[in-house]
Amino acid sequence: MTSKRSDVISARKLGLTFQTNDGPVQALSDVDLTIGKGEFVSFIGPSGCGKTTFLRVIADLEKPTSGTISVNGMTPEEARQKRAYGYVFQAAALYPWRTIERNVALPLEIMGHSRSEQRERVNRTLELVNLTGFEKKFPWQLSGGMQQRASIARALAFDADLLLMDEPFGALDEIVRDHLNEQLLKLWARTDKTICFVTHSIPEAVYLSTRIVVMSPRPGRVTDVIESSLPRERPLDIRESPEFLAIAHRVREGLRAGHSYED
Amino acid sequence: MRMLRPSWQAVAALVCCLVAFALPGMSTLELEARANPAAVIDYPFMGTGGLVVGLLVLGALASMIRLSVWGEAVILLFAAHFAAWLLLTGIMGYEGSALAPFFLLIAAGWLLVWRLVVVLSGIRTTNRSLEWTLRLVIPAIFGAWLLIIWEAATRGFGIPFILLPPPSSIGVRIASSLPVLAADVRQTIFKSVLIGYVLGCGAGFAVAILADRVDFLRRGLLPIGNMVSALPIIGVAPIMVMWFGFDWHSKAAVVVIMTFFPMLVNTVTGLAASGAMERDLMRTYASSYWQTLFKLRLPAAAPFIFNALKINSTLALIGAIVAEFFGTPVVGMGFRISTEVGRMNIDMVWAEIAVAAIAGSVFYGVVALIERAATFWHPSVRGG
Amino acid sequence: MMSFRDKIWPVSAILLVLLVIWYAGAILMNAPFQRDLNRRGDVDVTFSQFVGQTLSQQKPTLPAPHQVAKNVFENTFLRKVTSNRSLVYHSWVTLSSTVLGFAFGTALGVLIAVGIVHIKALERSLMPWIIASQTIPILAIAPMIIVVLAAVNVTGIIPKAMISTYLSFFPVAVGMVKGLRSPELTHLDLMHTYNASKAQTFWKLRVPASVPFLFASMKVAVAASLVGAIVGELPTGAVAGIGSKLLAGAYYSQTIDIWAALVAGSVVAALLVTIVDLTGRLVERAMGARPA
Repeated sequence: MTSKRSDVISARKLGLTFQTNDGPVQALSDVDLTIGKGEFVSFIGPSGCGKTTFLRVIADLEKPTSGTISVNGMTPEEARQKRAYGYVFQAAALYPWRTIERNVALPLEIMGHSRSEQRERVNRTLELVNLTGFEKKFPWQLSGGMQQRASIARALAFDADLLLMDEPFGALDEIVRDHLNEQLLKLWARTDKTICFVTHSIPEAVYLSTRIVVMSPRPGRVTDVIESSLPRERPLDIRESPEFLAIAHRVREGLRAGHSYED
Repeated sequence: MRMLRPSWQAVAALVCCLVAFALPGMSTLELEARANPAAVIDYPFMGTGGLVVGLLVLGALASMIRLSVWGEAVILLFAAHFAAWLLLTGIMGYEGSALAPFFLLIAAGWLLVWRLVVVLSGIRTTNRSLEWTLRLVIPAIFGAWLLIIWEAATRGFGIPFILLPPPSSIGVRIASSLPVLAADVRQTIFKSVLIGYVLGCGAGFAVAILADRVDFLRRGLLPIGNMVSALPIIGVAPIMVMWFGFDWHSKAAVVVIMTFFPMLVNTVTGLAASGAMERDLMRTYASSYWQTLFKLRLPAAAPFIFNALKINSTLALIGAIVAEFFGTPVVGMGFRISTEVGRMNIDMVWAEIAVAAIAGSVFYGVVALIERAATFWHPSVRGG
Repeated sequence: MMSFRDKIWPVSAILLVLLVIWYAGAILMNAPFQRDLNRRGDVDVTFSQFVGQTLSQQKPTLPAPHQVAKNVFENTFLRKVTSNRSLVYHSWVTLSSTVLGFAFGTALGVLIAVGIVHIKALERSLMPWIIASQTIPILAIAPMIIVVLAAVNVTGIIPKAMISTYLSFFPVAVGMVKGLRSPELTHLDLMHTYNASKAQTFWKLRVPASVPFLFASMKVAVAASLVGAIVGELPTGAVAGIGSKLLAGAYYSQTIDIWAALVAGSVVAALLVTIVDLTGRLVERAMGARPA
C-alpha cells in the first residue's frame, strides 16, 4: 500500500517509546492511520493513550522510534521546514508582550513575509475568528475564549492546509466551548482545511468530526476508528438527534473496551 | 461620649504634656534663671514654652472630637509639626541644656504623629492619585520624624558633634560644599560606576548568551556563578588598584567583576524561563535559533535581566566606593568618606553618605522605571 | 535542579581552564618586571628558566596559583593559631564578628517583619524605607561607625558586628515580610472558618509558610554580613581580620598575602552559606517539606 497523493497524513506501524526513570513507556504502538485531505479527524481517549503524542509526532515535536509516518508525502521534519501545518496548543500561548495583532503576525515575521502582506493576512484571519477590533489589545486584556481564538488565528495566518489542535478548548467553560466548536466548524467549511483535533470530550469529538479515532493507553494504541454519518452542516441542536447519540454511544463503548482491564 | 473618639496616642500625649507642664523648667538654664532672678540669663523657650504645650494639648484634644478623618489629620499634622518646629528652633544655641519636659513634649508630638499615621493608613480610597499620594505621604512623615527625633536628641542631649551631628548641620554642610560633592559624584558615579556597570553587565550578558549556545559551558558556569555571588568579591579591590592604578580605571574594574556574575546567572536562568509550549510553537514555525532568541526567549528573560540590573545598580555603587578606600586620586566619594573620617569631619562624611544614598536611589529608580516600561506585560507590573 | 553528576565535569573543566588562564596570565603579567630585572642584573636565561622566574617572584603582579596555595597552606596549618600571621586567626576574628552581627541582624529583621505584617501603620510608614534602603550603598557608613565608636572607646568586635547587623537586617526583614505574607488566600480563609485567633494563624500558618523565605534571605544576609565585617576591618589601623590582611597586603605590596586573604575570605563565605543552606534544608525536611 503506497500513500495516495491526496493523503495528508499516513502512518504505518508507528511506535514511540519514552525512556523514563521508571523504565520504558510505550506511548504509541502499531498505529496505522491515513488521513485524507479536507477531513476533520478527532482523537479521543483517556490520558496517557498517546493522542497528544501522535499529534506531536505529526508536528515533528517528537521522533517516532519505529514505523513510518509521512505528512504531505514528506517526513514530518521536512513538512515542518516547509511550514506545512498550524499548531494550536492546550493553552493559547500568546506572548504577553505582543498585541493580538503582532501575536498573529509572529509566524509571518519568522517566515519573512513583507509588512504589507503581514497586515493584510492578520486582518483577514482576525476577521475569520471574529476578533476584528481587538488588534491593539494585549492578550491578558482578553477573556480565555478570545485568547484561544487569537491563537487559532495565529495558526491560520500563514495558510497551511493542515491544522493540528491539541485540546484547544479543554480549559474553557462549556458555554464558551459550544460557541467555539460551532465557529470552528464554520471556519473548517469555509477554508477546506484538514484538521486533526485531540480532545477528551465525547460530545465535542462527535459534533466536530468526520472521523473519530478512539485510543487507549498502556500501550497507547488505536482501538476503533468511527466514520461519522452526520451531515457536514451541523447546527448545535444536532447533538440531541438519535444519530448523534448513536455515534456517541459507539465512542463510549470503544473507550470502555480499551479500558476494561483496569480499575 | 458620642462626640468623642478617644485614641490612646492622644491620651498619652496629653499625659506627657501635663507632666512636662508640672515639672519646673525646660532647660538647666531656665532653672538657673529662676534661681537667680537678679541675674540676666538667656534661656530657651522664654516665651514659647507655654505655646508648645498649648498647641500639643489642643491638638490632642481636638483630634479626639468626632470630626471627619481629614479634619483630624489636618489638626494633628499642624499641631505636631508646628510644636516640633518651635521646640527645635528653640533649643538651637542652647545645646545640651534640655531637661525632661523638652523630651516629653517631643514625645507628645511624636505620639500625635503616630495617631496621624494610623488615621492616614486607615483611609480606604478608590481614587488612584489619592492612593498614591498617601503611599508617599505616610513614609515621608515617618522619615521626617526620624530626622526630627535625631535633631532633638543630638541638640537636646548635646551629643558631641563628632559623634553624631544633627541633620540640620549636615544639610548646611551639603549646601556649602556642593562643588566638592559634585566633583566626587562625577569621579565615582559617572566614571567608575557607570563605565564599570555597563561593561560588567554587558560582559555578563554576552557570556550568558554564549553559555546558552554551548550547553557544557552553561552547566559549568551556572554553579560557579552562583557560588561566586556569595563570595566577598569586594576583596579584589586592592589587587585592581595595583593593576590599574589609582584613578577610576581600577574602580571600574572592581565594578565589572562585581556586576558580571549576577548578570550571568540571572540571564542564564531567564533564558530558560520561557515555557515549553511557547518553544514548541517556535519549533512548529521552523524558527531559527536567533529568531527564537529575539522573539521569544529574550523578552521572556527580561524580568530576570532587569532584576540583575537592579541588584547590580547597588553593587556597582558599593564596589566603587569601597574600592576607593584602597587608594584614589584626591577626589571621589569613597576617598572623601575615608579621609574626612580620619579628620573627624563627621558632618562631611554624612553629607557624602546622603549624596550616595540619593545617587543610589536615583540609579535604582531609573532602572526600575525602564523595567516598568519594558516589562509592562509581566503580571508583577500590570497588577499595579 | 541539575544533578551533581551533570555538573561535576563541566565545573571541573571550566575551573581547569581558569587555572591554565591564571598561569598564562601570571607569566605574561610578571614578565615585564622580570625582563627588566634580568637586563639590569645582566642575566641571560633560557625561556624555560625565564618562565620559572616569573612564577616565583617575591611580589608578583599576579601570583601563580601554587604560590597562593603554598601561602594559604603555610599560614593555615603550619602556624600556631595564635600567631599574627596565621590565617586561621584572622579568619576567626572576622568570622566571630560576622556571626555575632548576623545573629542580631536576623533576630532584628524577623522582629520588624512580624511587626510590619501585623501593624498597618508600621507597614505603611516603615516598609517603603526598608525597601528604599536596599537601593543605597549603606556599606559606605562602615568606616564612620568604626572610627566614631572608637572615639568613644568602643572597639573590637562590637562595631564590626554592628555593621554586619545592619547589613543582614535588611534582606531578612524584606524576605520575612514576603514569607509571612506568602500563605494563599484559601489557606487564610480556612483559618478564618475555624475562627482561629491571630496568634494561631501566625504560628500554624504564617510561620511555617515563611521558613523557605527566611532561609533564602538568610543566605543573602550571611554573605552581606561577611562583606560588612571585612570592610569594617579596613579603617581600624589594621589590627586583625581578613580585611586588615587585605589592607596590610595592599600597603606593603604583598600580593601573595592579598590573594591568600581572598582565599580565606572565600572559604569562610562558602562555609557560612553552606551552613545556613544545610540548616534550612534540615529545618524544612523536619517540617515535612518536599525535598527540592
